[in-house]
Amino acid sequence: MSVINKAIPSVDGKGLMLGRKGYTDDLAERNSLIVKVLRSPHPFAKIVNINYEKAQEVLGVELILTHKDFKRNSFTRAGQGYPEPSPHDKFVLDEYVRHIGDEVACVAARTEKQCIEALKLIDVEYELLEPVLDFEQAIDNTNLVHPEDGIYEMFPIGFEPKRNIAASYHMEVGNVEEDLKQSEVVLKQSFYTQAQAHAMLEPHTVNARLDYQDRLVLYSSTQTPIHVRRILSQTLEVPLSRIRVIKPRVGGGFGGKQALHGEMLVSAVTLRTGKPSKMIYTRQEVFESSCSRHPMRFDITLGSTKDGVLESIDCKVLSDTGAYGEHALTVFMVAGSKVLPLYNKVKSVRFYGDVVYTNHTSAGAFRGYGAIQGNFALESAIDMLCEKLQIDPIEFRDKNMMKEKETSPIFEIMGEGTEGTAMIMESCKLEYCLHRGKEISGWDDIYPYKQISPTKRRAVGMAIAMQGSGIPYIDMGSATIKLNDDGFYNLLIGATDIGQGSDTVLAQIAAESLGCTMEQMIVYSSDSDLTPFDTGAYASSTTYVSGNAVYKAGMKMRNMLLDEASNVLKVPKEQINFDGTTFESSNQSITLKELSNRLYYNEDQKQLTATSSYVGTKSPPPFMTGYVDLTVDTETGELEINNYTSIVDCGVPLNTMLARGQVEGGIVQGIGMAVYEEVIISDKGKMITNDFLSYLIPTRLEIKKLTTEFAISYEESGPYGAKSVGEIGIDTPPAAIANAIYNAVGVRITSLPITPEKILLALKRKDEENE
Amino acid sequence: MKVNFILNDHPETWEVDQNEYLLDTLRANDITSVRRGCDTTSCGVCTVLLDGNPVPSCSILTVSVEGKQILTVEGIKDSAERLSVHMGHHGADQCGYCNPSLALTVYAMKQEIKHPTEQDISEYLVGNLCRCTGYKGQEEAIKLYLEEDE
Repeated sequence: MSVINKAIPSVDGKGLMLGRKGYTDDLAERNSLIVKVLRSPHPFAKIVNINYEKAQEVLGVELILTHKDFKRNSFTRAGQGYPEPSPHDKFVLDEYVRHIGDEVACVAARTEKQCIEALKLIDVEYELLEPVLDFEQAIDNTNLVHPEDGIYEMFPIGFEPKRNIAASYHMEVGNVEEDLKQSEVVLKQSFYTQAQAHAMLEPHTVNARLDYQDRLVLYSSTQTPIHVRRILSQTLEVPLSRIRVIKPRVGGGFGGKQALHGEMLVSAVTLRTGKPSKMIYTRQEVFESSCSRHPMRFDITLGSTKDGVLESIDCKVLSDTGAYGEHALTVFMVAGSKVLPLYNKVKSVRFYGDVVYTNHTSAGAFRGYGAIQGNFALESAIDMLCEKLQIDPIEFRDKNMMKEKETSPIFEIMGEGTEGTAMIMESCKLEYCLHRGKEISGWDDIYPYKQISPTKRRAVGMAIAMQGSGIPYIDMGSATIKLNDDGFYNLLIGATDIGQGSDTVLAQIAAESLGCTMEQMIVYSSDSDLTPFDTGAYASSTTYVSGNAVYKAGMKMRNMLLDEASNVLKVPKEQINFDGTTFESSNQSITLKELSNRLYYNEDQKQLTATSSYVGTKSPPPFMTGYVDLTVDTETGELEINNYTSIVDCGVPLNTMLARGQVEGGIVQGIGMAVYEEVIISDKGKMITNDFLSYLIPTRLEIKKLTTEFAISYEESGPYGAKSVGEIGIDTPPAAIANAIYNAVGVRITSLPITPEKILLALKRKDEENE
Repeated sequence: MKVNFILNDHPETWEVDQNEYLLDTLRANDITSVRRGCDTTSCGVCTVLLDGNPVPSCSILTVSVEGKQILTVEGIKDSAERLSVHMGHHGADQCGYCNPSLALTVYAMKQEIKHPTEQDISEYLVGNLCRCTGYKGQEEAIKLYLEEDE
């Protein structure tokens, strides 16, 4: 009996539907002090003076903290492996505020009302500074976002704060400029991608208390409990051993909870008052004071032969990291490293540019992590080149794209903040995905478009994509499997379920490796005291990296069980068959239940526990093709997405339903980025879209139909053949939709989101040009 | 001040502030299935049924529920459990933060609309945002749940 490649319901689905306690705020101490932050109304200022005498007198106020209460230890909130590839450019509280919504001071009071009253009474004198609000004007601007001392890079990332540069990068294979001069056909185009907000439904939430051993215990809605513990320890100078971080159920993350947000201040309050405390971000704080996606500008040049052999790709990128450099370099690099290898047959490829500081809300990790930005630019440019060449875009891709058993030199050159790792595509069903998508999406009937009414055109468009599966040689996952009396197991994992279902998928891997049912494998995750090391839920790593650790632990436990059975049955273990329930030799048997009860109560008594860990030696990419079928109204510019077809190669989908949920959730977020969502910041630096009334995520009315299929694929290095599936879904919609709009009405939209206004404006310009 | 109401079929009398919102009152009294998501009545995760109608508890003053019936997911356990079985089989279980509110709204829709079409379902549930699933798995599960009762 197998539990792999099945539609297994989530282990927590029923309990969460019934409203059982599980999320961070459900687990706060009932008498917790409420912690709230006074936030900057200015995009850039130096704090001259803070007077909080009146605030301190408000009944119930227990503590007020300002930058003067913290030692100047710069750190990064990014929540990445150590040493971090993000600059240490943030202080818990600082004398500078660098965006509207940045932290000025914090108040802890017995009730929320007291807190809010006290915040109003804090008198701050600011010296206003000229902000940098246009990311294309940031480099060498006379106004410096980070003029202060004490900030640094942990290893060379191109950090030049005196030029407003958080990170920079350059790579080249071959000689792009020389090759482009020789190319028969050259296409040059710039593209812009916008900031997108994660909009997870549970706001950032954290609470703390001191336990009966006087240790600091945090519950945090985080994707990275182990990084949270380390960064708290380093920054607040509390020994790591005195901190426990528990990640309970998390109400969505998508990268937005990889970084630390309230953890520092809540910990500081509890350590100083000795009292439990809690913080829940308001939705406005989630928008203005957590992070969003890095906006980018791409300047792309493609060179090809007349008959459609892609020869060169040149990609210059400028990225806006906002006030702090979280994930500045790594998101930037992924915009190349998880996009450019798609076209692996080129003679030359160059990828370079800078990540700049501005006085915008900080950018950070977000599902897709640069790949969605790069994919929009490159996959739009490829269709433009095809138009120029008069070659079918599917035929062009088929000829030029990555195939199974091939490689790209980029894998070895570009990692995440460091050099990469060479690898061959042992599993790559992109070719199948390409043809299957064409077959079932209605492409042949519709391409390029069909006039369905005097003002409406139905069209199709497509894009191909890849992602990765963890960060090789850096991020580690571990698992412990513990046998209990009566023959059931505990699976203890550091891996972080943030709603994507990793507890379920990892329990499936463990159950499969031991031949037991899901009911016999009790999973517990993400508690820094009790579960083994795992870097957390990011970089599409959990199924592949943590999953491999679980598989290894399962095999180790199986071996330990066979040793014990061999001892009882008095035959070599090679002669024993174990089906998950019973150990059988040629003439006798013992059940797992009997064996475990014997081990714990009667003879050869011992606890059986198997622990394994895994670090990837490569990052096998999942691949997909996205085909959109949409209708454009040429009178109103409005779009209707009729169907989005995804054909995905994620290796073996271990849980077919959860994998579908990952793909479709990603597609809808990608559609959001393509046509609805935009974090808008005014020319005064104020975020205009700071609630769900002004920032529109897709509702169920916008999503008519999603068609999702998986290619038959098996990744030899993955647990039971799996690669990752968490991010790949988000990558294709912006380019596929832009390509479909071009196919529909012949206008090329090069900046996201693609709004009706942009379509109408482009149509008007096209008409004017034709006149 | 005191407020009297029926919570999940049990009469309750609670001491509340005049300007307290129902969401805060419920959570302070350990009904944590009702959740905060947005502060602007746009996301749906704070939904309760007030005399059978789905309402955002983040914008209802607790004193205004005097004499009314409030249902949270704890009061529709069987119905929620049946919905959860279908959700589990359609990949609609992800973070779960919005699930109790979804179960309540679906329950209310079932009382209000007989044989809802796909469009009816999408329209009725439009205020229940979900950022995880892409909605389609949820809607397949909801259809099966509704059919089960017919």
